[in-house]
Amino acid sequence: MEEETFSDIRGQPITLGCQRHSSFCTEFTVSSPKVSIGKVLASTCSVWLLAYLLFFFTQNTAVLSSAILVTLVGMVLHIHFVKVDHESLLVIGSLGIQVSSSYASGREITSFIEMGRIKDIVINEAVYMHQIIYHLCVLLREPAEPDAVAGVVPLFQSSKPRLGCLVKVYRSCQEILSKVP
Amino acid sequence: MVLKIFFPQCCNLADSGLLVGRWIPGHDSAVVLAVIHYPFIPAQVKQYIQQIQRQSGEELAVLGSWSLPKESQEGMESFLRDLSTIFPQERWLQISRKMGKMGFTCQILSRSQRAAGEEREKQSRSEEDGEEEEEKEKVVFVHYDQKKVMLSRLHPVHMEDTQTAAASELRQVFQTVARSQPLFLLDRYDDGPLRSTHWQTEGREGSILVELLKRASVPLCLLLSWPMSIWTRFCRLRIFRIFPLSVLSSKLSTCIQLSHRSEHMRSISAPGAASSHIEFTRKANTVVSVLVDVALGILLMTWLYRDEHVATLASALVPAADRVATELEQLLQWLMGAPAGLKMNRALDQVLGRFFLYHIHLWISYIHLLSPSVEQILWYGGLSAGLGLTFALSLLSDMVALLTFHIYCFYVYGARLYCMKVYGLSSLWRLFRGKKWNVLRQRVDSCSYDLDQLFIGMLLFTILLFLLPTTALYYLVFTLLRLVVVLFQGVLHLSVDFINSFPLFALGQRICQPYRLAEGVKFRVLCEEPGSALHLLMEINPLSCSAVVQTYRTPASSCYPRDSWAALVRKLFVGELVYPWRRKSSKAD
Repeated sequence: MEEETFSDIRGQPITLGCQRHSSFCTEFTVSSPKVSIGKVLASTCSVWLLAYLLFFFTQNTAVLSSAILVTLVGMVLHIHFVKVDHESLLVIGSLGIQVSSSYASGREITSFIEMGRIKDIVINEAVYMHQIIYHLCVLLREPAEPDAVAGVVPLFQSSKPRLGCLVKVYRSCQEILSKVP
Repeated sequence: MVLKIFFPQCCNLADSGLLVGRWIPGHDSAVVLAVIHYPFIPAQVKQYIQQIQRQSGEELAVLGSWSLPKESQEGMESFLRDLSTIFPQERWLQISRKMGKMGFTCQILSRSQRAAGEEREKQSRSEEDGEEEEEKEKVVFVHYDQKKVMLSRLHPVHMEDTQTAAASELRQVFQTVARSQPLFLLDRYDDGPLRSTHWQTEGREGSILVELLKRASVPLCLLLSWPMSIWTRFCRLRIFRIFPLSVLSSKLSTCIQLSHRSEHMRSISAPGAASSHIEFTRKANTVVSVLVDVALGILLMTWLYRDEHVATLASALVPAADRVATELEQLLQWLMGAPAGLKMNRALDQVLGRFFLYHIHLWISYIHLLSPSVEQILWYGGLSAGLGLTFALSLLSDMVALLTFHIYCFYVYGARLYCMKVYGLSSLWRLFRGKKWNVLRQRVDSCSYDLDQLFIGMLLFTILLFLLPTTALYYLVFTLLRLVVVLFQGVLHLSVDFINSFPLFALGQRICQPYRLAEGVKFRVLCEEPGSALHLLMEINPLSCSAVVQTYRTPASSCYPRDSWAALVRKLFVGELVYPWRRKSSKAD
């Protein structure tokens, strides 16, 4: 398992793990930084301070208990639905590509694309908010027309790595895909 | 080129033998289905495979040999080579596993190699093996759980028969395993000439309940279809087509629910098994939802008829209606004065107010006439809950519609008045601009009016314009009342539709046996030992719950089409009548 550190589009450090299981099977894992304790503290403190202010004016204790509930439920929802811990890409030559992202709570969403449906893997440009970013994506083949592109599956959607990281993944992917006739 | 071998997990520790399976055409992959153990008579194996082929319709073949040496056996190598000449194949797999090692080793002999191999000397074997390692094809072992793959259904289901299925390798694997069910019927303890290992040797799947249900379903369907045919004949009687009955049956939600339910029962009691997976699941969904519905209805009934709940409800109903009527009266009195400080046209205000007051008076006397029999009506209506909760809810919705008939009447009067005024105003406004609506061409044309016409038009316009606020106020108030009733009825109808169409069976399957409904597959890299082939574990990726609901919900015919919010607001503004959804749909039909 080789690990390298890159940065994502916001400048945060991310690590790219690259595990070669075989000459035609490689797994790439992009791990985002963990949730920082400072952020958690800041958000909880702000909610509680707000609740305390409300309590000060209304003298209603329900405000305080609901603030505690809100922070707890918010944290659970955040780690279960928002915070992606790592995303991985498993490329198996002549079988297909598996994309999975696992959340901080352990929930994992996986989808497998068969080799017959894959046209190519490319690095694409996309407009994101106010900037233009690079991202890696899988082009899907239209079954009826071999030249047409039926769809695009973007990879590493939540941790958006910069070009350097993408190029490395792209090279190894192409190395495997090119062996498939 | 990479050769993929789909290997069942249950055969991992099987005794040595022959691999039975199928080469998937168009892809470089093989599906292993079972292992037939030594000793066997080759002719019998061939016969057995042909017999299975006839039953399943799949091109089965002997793929190769499987060896798991318990102790070192002499002369195994040559024996395996001989086997490949007995079962002639394009390619012959020699999969072997050594005790204490995780990975398998696989050798692939093609037909030409075999011929050459026989001529070669035995001594050079060791070097030759080394050469083969270099040039040999790469092999991936994909381990799969045979039971799960056989029982699961890849989604989207409708793609199964089309050409795309042929292109998709995984679909073919799933199909092959599902179709070769006859192969799995051979039991370990059967006294046949052959012994084999596959998933059913671990124990048959299925409970006694499922088997009993399967057996019972045919006579039950026959039993159901008989009363259903009588019911259908009864529904087709000519009496129901005569004017008042036909309108009533299309408007009353109880009647609509009755027709839905009879359609459901008809689909359940249809003879013959369901042809496709979706149809089967739909049927099962309907059965489960009918059962749940009836169970809920019986729960409601037990609550209603215990402790005289019906009587208390009935005694509470009439005062409630009275109270609504008095509230309405007060509202009207308020409107007849100066509501919210608005100054209305006094004469029109009084006329409208008295008209509505008289209506309420009529209504109250009607309710009081009805009050002695309310309890009985409720008592008998409660019996309908025995047919299901949906019937009780539909009946409730009908009763609400009947009891709030006065509100509906007010609304219709107000809306008609308002609508006429709006239309009059708009046409007169056109007259001012020297235009008119051309009915033939469906457009606004210019037109020259003479002075008298313009004068009369202006007079009418002024009168209408000054009377508009009074009518608009009455319209507004009664529309709000009507909307409250419509909202309540809409909630009732939505819950009825929810019970009718929610795919309970499919969802239960998704929760209890998640592998049954598969969205796809996912792979995990199992073990890596240097020198051995790559091993992957194929797991089933279950369909998400929302997708299950979307795929399997019975298309409910009633609550759609409904107005979009913008259309609704426009209708309200112009003064067209707004109905709850069910009436709307029956009108569209």
